[in-house]
Amino acid sequence: MPTKPTLLKILDILALIMLGVSTYFALVKAPTELVMGQVQRVFYFHLGTAWTALLGFLFASVLSVIYLVTKDLRWDRYQVAAIEVSLVFFLITIALGSIWARPAWNTWWTWDPRLTTAAVTELVYVAYFMLRQGIDDPDRRARFGAVYALLGGISAPITFFAIRLYRTIHPVVIAGSNPEAEGGFSMTADMRTAMFVALFAFTLIFIDLYWNRIRLGDLQDKVEQLKLKVMM
Amino acid sequence: MADNIRKAAGKSVITNQKFSTQPTGSFIKAVSAIVWKDLQAEFRSRELFSAMLVFSLLIILIFNFALELDIKTRQSVTAGVLWATFAFAGTLGLNRSMAIEKDRGCLDGLLLAPVDRSAIFFGKVISNLVFMLIVEAIVLPVYSVLYNMNLFQPGLMIVILLGSIGYVAVGTLLAAMSVQTRTRDMLLPILLFPVAIPVLLSAVKASSGLLAGVPFEEVQFPINLLIAYDVIFVAVAFMTFENIVEE
Repeated sequence: MPTKPTLLKILDILALIMLGVSTYFALVKAPTELVMGQVQRVFYFHLGTAWTALLGFLFASVLSVIYLVTKDLRWDRYQVAAIEVSLVFFLITIALGSIWARPAWNTWWTWDPRLTTAAVTELVYVAYFMLRQGIDDPDRRARFGAVYALLGGISAPITFFAIRLYRTIHPVVIAGSNPEAEGGFSMTADMRTAMFVALFAFTLIFIDLYWNRIRLGDLQDKVEQLKLKVMM
Repeated sequence: MADNIRKAAGKSVITNQKFSTQPTGSFIKAVSAIVWKDLQAEFRSRELFSAMLVFSLLIILIFNFALELDIKTRQSVTAGVLWATFAFAGTLGLNRSMAIEKDRGCLDGLLLAPVDRSAIFFGKVISNLVFMLIVEAIVLPVYSVLYNMNLFQPGLMIVILLGSIGYVAVGTLLAAMSVQTRTRDMLLPILLFPVAIPVLLSAVKASSGLLAGVPFEEVQFPINLLIAYDVIFVAVAFMTFENIVEE
């Protein structure tokens, strides 16, 4: 079995350190928001996970196309890894958002465009894994997975536009203002630093987890091949 | 010498023309053959059609009690009830139409035929669309009579047509996928609904707007969205279908 590459080991440690640093920035360094109070601190991790998860889903759609063109199973493993890590990150985003929304909007959940799109996106990728589970042949699994991930990746932005037909109360903190938004706030310099630290930290954590997951996928693949050899 | 070249060039132009016209002709022929096969099989057995129709009437019945469709509620939820009915009946039909192909090994036969794979896709989409439209054409007057509402508006017909096209195009692709998995027909709604949400959302919005009698400008956006969805997803499904059926 190939040992873990040194760079990955370093990245593991770095990701862990950055998680600590980002937690410090979010919980201690950033000032307490005047209106919402302590609960606003959830925002830093909320944004960090959302950013990486959405990029991960987008990346997976690109990998779909690459797989469908090249038909190389390696791309399929990259895609599964990307979607799996993004799915978990996005779930964290939704959970953190819910925790924030309870005091800010006085409800755990509302059928706002962003929230609804998030829920639908999450369901698309859960369905993606259910689809993969039902297929034994690795080539077919990869083909179906790639096509479905592509469909999901295209439909998510259209869903967002479609739900725009209904009104939104989700605040747009960065570059934008919505007069109907509830719970928006403007950032001080310290808050902005905490935000960028969180963004950087979660990008790093994502890459680290992603790399580990790809390695796991490669090993799984090897085990499957060895099993087949033994059976023959 | 020059004459010879010119002659040869002329010949090649003629043969090129022959080649370029033949595929389009045979493509349409192949599509219509598949549509005709599906319709004829259905006219003989009437399995799919009767199941879809009875199922959709039952859904309306259930909604009647679940939502207590009195006159006031009816105004606001009719579009939602109709589209939920079409969506559920649609999955039933899509599943069945692909399962028939798979069960009796017809799909393999179709794939062996020397036609373009996309012809099979479009044939299946058109026949599924025809079934769905027939069911809708019966459900609408029944609903109108039962709840004393006039649903026959040209705008609504267009919305229903656009919504059905998008739904069936994606549905046919995903049904071809789900019949090849272990969980089979159970999987189709799970795969289809999250991807088809934009269709259902904008169709419901446009239909309820039209039923409430708002000016056309207000439903313009959802209708544009429906058209965009149809174009994008018919194109994507057409391009990826080959990956679904190849062995």
